[in-house]
Amino acid sequence: MPTIGTQQIKLLERLCNACGVSGDEAEVRTIVLEEIKGHVDEVRVDALGNVLATKKGSGPSTSLRAGKKRLRVMLSAHMDEVGFMLVADDGEGLFRFETVGGTDIRQLPGKAVLVGREHIPGVIGARPIHLTTAEESRQKISLEALRIDIGPGSSKVKPGDRAVFATRFQRSGPSLLSKALDDRLGVATLIELVRHAPAEIDLLAAFTVQEEIGLRGAKVAAYAFNPDIGIAVDSTPANDLPGWDGEENSTYNTKLGLGPAIYVADGVTLSDPRLVRWLAETGDAAKIPYQFRQPGGGGTDAGAIQKARAGVPSVSVSVPHRYSHTAVSVARLDDWKNSLSLLHAALTRLTPELLASDRA
Amino acid sequence: MKSLIQKLTETTSPSGYESAIREVIRSEVEPFADEVRVDALGNLIVRKGEKGRNGRRIMLAAHMDEIGLIATHIDKNGFIRFTSIGFVRPHTLVSGRVRFANGTQGLVGMEADMSTTKLPAPSEYFIDVGATSAKDCPVKIGDVATFQRPFLDLGRRLVAKSMDDRIGCAVLIETLRLLKTTPHELYFAFTTQEEVGTRGAATSAFGIDPEIGLAVDVTLTGDTPKSKPMAISLGKGPAVKVKDTGMLADPHIVEWMCAAAGKLRIPYQREVLDGGSTDARAIQMVRSGVLAGCLSIPCRYVHTPSEMVDYEDVQNSVKLMVALLSGPINW
Repeated sequence: MPTIGTQQIKLLERLCNACGVSGDEAEVRTIVLEEIKGHVDEVRVDALGNVLATKKGSGPSTSLRAGKKRLRVMLSAHMDEVGFMLVADDGEGLFRFETVGGTDIRQLPGKAVLVGREHIPGVIGARPIHLTTAEESRQKISLEALRIDIGPGSSKVKPGDRAVFATRFQRSGPSLLSKALDDRLGVATLIELVRHAPAEIDLLAAFTVQEEIGLRGAKVAAYAFNPDIGIAVDSTPANDLPGWDGEENSTYNTKLGLGPAIYVADGVTLSDPRLVRWLAETGDAAKIPYQFRQPGGGGTDAGAIQKARAGVPSVSVSVPHRYSHTAVSVARLDDWKNSLSLLHAALTRLTPELLASDRA
Repeated sequence: MKSLIQKLTETTSPSGYESAIREVIRSEVEPFADEVRVDALGNLIVRKGEKGRNGRRIMLAAHMDEIGLIATHIDKNGFIRFTSIGFVRPHTLVSGRVRFANGTQGLVGMEADMSTTKLPAPSEYFIDVGATSAKDCPVKIGDVATFQRPFLDLGRRLVAKSMDDRIGCAVLIETLRLLKTTPHELYFAFTTQEEVGTRGAATSAFGIDPEIGLAVDVTLTGDTPKSKPMAISLGKGPAVKVKDTGMLADPHIVEWMCAAAGKLRIPYQREVLDGGSTDARAIQMVRSGVLAGCLSIPCRYVHTPSEMVDYEDVQNSVKLMVALLSGPINW
């Protein structure tokens, strides 16, 4: 049984502090390759930079009917994170930049960043309050007006370099704080699942790239694996604070502390109902808390996996976190532990019988 | 055929939850099929015929799914908040009845004063199923619903929810039933998740690997008061699609369909649809590409609880399909 202790939290910290803006996931990939080494039967890095690792099951489980093969289950966690790309050098260490992935421009002024593979410190400047007019403070700041300031004299920063929020990982009581919980929580979960792969299935682990800009890595990874089942292991927003005016919050998406979020429907996937039931029944049987994510928008790697080749029954499981796609997100350690437990327990009881009857 | 259309349109089966409609269709097609299978995304795929010397492998697609609603939150007083599955026009919901896949029925209400002229945002609507608390509400997060509206036979004109695209399913079922012989290897695909992005058509086409793909779906009309101009009317025959937002029909297919209609002396219309697409959009892009086209059934009030088609258009669509598939293709 995989567990989450000091060692796993340390690994999550390394993963979260690594910089892996979509399209340049190398730093995260290096950690992943190191951590799964020796625990897989095959591993390769594909053309887009996905890590594709296979851990075969160790013989048919006793519950299998004669002639039925083990299911080939693809689990996908994306290595990339949202961030920035420098696009022009204005001189004196000031750089224009664009956002990579969905980020609210209002969050950016006054944030420290790290630029490029050498993590050069910089800051997205903000005008001091002393010198801001009342009229200016009412205006929305546009991306065009913002610069990343790394100071003059550095030859190490060029247009095309990527940048991330400089926030360092912290553990604070029951909480985990980081810039990149989405989706290093999933990456860390998938590493543990690879290390403790259930013998009942062939585990196809995809540590994917470019999720935040359109599920690109998962699309080719799923084509390559051609799995029987696809599961995206991700992290999803919890918008669960009570309404400031006392109104019932009916758009929380997920809530911290209620366990892993099982997806029924998001903006790109209508989960296979068989898989939703299987996960929920697993939670009930093993007494692992879980919640259903509110149906709505957004999307995970499952959106790409389900459409690979002739189709793949797919579902997503996410660890909830507050303040998604900002400089610092907050998740609960217990939700992470329960997500790992739920996935491991579910995979352990997975047999081809689950897909024996048609999707319904 | 009217009773078939009634049976198909009165079934509750939104995108992603097509098992109910699939079972209805399966029982209709099984006696005429050489092979029936259901694929990973729930598409019902029916094979008829073997590929002869001049035959082709042809995929015919009509989507089984319909637009619908999905519960997102049950509040403390038992009211259900929801979001849509596919493109639901918010103004068509108010005071309408809905039916959940689990059988629960209810109505759609809205927060704002019903007399206001401004339409509320989708988040300001709710479903009332008669519950008094979250606890006694028979609906839970993730449960799906569709419009509930009985089939209406106006003689030549037929009205129902989900004519889009159960009417296409009816045309394919009837075509399969009437088709005596074919030189082709035909795959009648009753597809899933069209309304959320032609997902079932993409994966089923990959599995079928057809040479030609033909969707059968509804198209909009320009024949109601102050409607957006469009050269398609109810009752003027099936429409041969030339272009829509997602697909340019293969010119050979357009010509083939128009010539067949001319030979049968049935009316037809050439369709250019601005805003919308069909399963053919996905089929044409599968693997290394597929010759694609679409036979459209003109339909008024698409994506409302009362979609209207012309019964003669429907019958002529069947005649045209049977004629197209009975003989060899000489191009």
